[in-house]
Amino acid sequence: MVHPLLNVDLALIIEKCILISIIIGLSLIVAMYETWAERKVAAVIQDRRGPNRAGPAGILQPLADGLKLFMKEDIVPKMSNGFLFILGPGLAMLTAMMTSAVIPWSSHINAFGREISLQIADINIGILYIFGVVSMGVYGVMIGGWASNNKFSLMAALRGASQIISYELAMGLSIIALLMLTGSLSLKTIVDEQLDGIYNFLYQPLGFLIFLVCAFAECNRTPFDLSEAESELNFGYHQEYSSMKLGFYLFAEYVNMFISSAVMATLFFGGFDIPFVNDTAFGQAHGQNLLAILEGLSLAIKVAIFIFFFIWVRWTVPRFRYDQLMRLGWKGLIPLALVNMVVTGFIVLLKVNHWHF
Amino acid sequence: MQALTSKARPVERKPLSVWEKLYIPAIAKGMSITFGHIFRKKPTINYPEVQRPFSPVFRGLHVLNRDEEGRERCTACGLCAVACPAEAITMEAAERLSGEEHLYREEKYAAKYEINMLRCIFCGLCEEACPKDAIYLSETFAPSNYTRKGFIYGKEELLIPDPKTQPVEFAKARGEKTEKN
Repeated sequence: MVHPLLNVDLALIIEKCILISIIIGLSLIVAMYETWAERKVAAVIQDRRGPNRAGPAGILQPLADGLKLFMKEDIVPKMSNGFLFILGPGLAMLTAMMTSAVIPWSSHINAFGREISLQIADINIGILYIFGVVSMGVYGVMIGGWASNNKFSLMAALRGASQIISYELAMGLSIIALLMLTGSLSLKTIVDEQLDGIYNFLYQPLGFLIFLVCAFAECNRTPFDLSEAESELNFGYHQEYSSMKLGFYLFAEYVNMFISSAVMATLFFGGFDIPFVNDTAFGQAHGQNLLAILEGLSLAIKVAIFIFFFIWVRWTVPRFRYDQLMRLGWKGLIPLALVNMVVTGFIVLLKVNHWHF
Repeated sequence: MQALTSKARPVERKPLSVWEKLYIPAIAKGMSITFGHIFRKKPTINYPEVQRPFSPVFRGLHVLNRDEEGRERCTACGLCAVACPAEAITMEAAERLSGEEHLYREEKYAAKYEINMLRCIFCGLCEEACPKDAIYLSETFAPSNYTRKGFIYGKEELLIPDPKTQPVEFAKARGEKTEKN
């Protein structure tokens, strides 16, 4: 008799390992091409051509950039804290990658006589997990800024930390209203509820707007990139970094962008649901595997639209001043999220009570 | 505060209206503008593949000319060196010996002729000063070099190819603008 803890399904472990490596590889490739897309979109918005030398339409540019970063001399400042200096970018990258674990990328596929779910972990506290990991992401910024032993880096790290903490509040409050409607913290359940139904965006437009703004702030993207404000703080918290350590910080930002796009699509835009198509009927007519592939594609398109939106906003909206940023967060978004929460709660209660007071 | 000039206008600092405080309409307007720019025509020219034509009065790298029979026109009179405001031209004259009539047009010729391309301002005064039509400015410009020495162009670099033995190269070096010769 094997001990019950050892009695695990080996195929499940292999399946999850493969899924994890695919998703991590995918996030890295997406992040790579986000850098390319950023430069390309920035260029066309500014009436330029953008990268077009490395490969057709500059498609190999991210590889050249990565190679360049690897080839650079890796400088660790003499007065820095060596261990924390290395831990900073590692932590930033780790937290960026960890969030992808709870996102349902598609429904399940049937292969090798098994039903393989295309989600690494369907935990019942999915959203809380995301919030927990994302809050940890601020340590990457903090540790990097602290370990650099540089005034500007420390200032930027402080800015980044207080910004992320401020906007996390509004983000959490905007999500509470959504959770009242869905009644579940599991992302899979939230998607299943939206499947072939009305997207949460239509129930919670204000909640989505608050979440969107907070996601920009969490990702340190313009107009909220106070922590790397070049004009005021040189380069922000990663000023002392060089080579691939800097690459990790920059990369983590793009992975974060990808993941937050996926989270937004999952929470508010039906996740992997194919719009205007009855997924269940389609699956019965054409087979589950084809459905799963198309659903994954559908999510990918939604994510791509969000990523484009991120980039588009970056090259349109100028950076906020720090007091404006704090005012928007504390005096604007948090009261708005609270109002949204109260109104939603009121309506949900009314509905439970069959529209009687 | 008193304004220093009559052109100064006080900046209006009235508080934002509620509509303006929303930010969203202004941001949406800005984003529609940037989105419109995506479909604009790009003014950029892809340089090495597409080259813009030079203006007909473009003054580029110098060329030492030959006559129709392939003889050097330069007689080392030094007028170009005198005319040069940047003092970029130096030369040494030599006398033509018998048997060199097919090489040099007149009895005197430039044994050494050097132009420092780092000094040269490409004003074209040498071209105007030359009584023998021996020097003119072409449509190319000096390529980059790693050393200063590499920018001092001697006769090998400057002399136009022989129209009799190398007609193709001669036509290419002549370009299209020097019809006067």
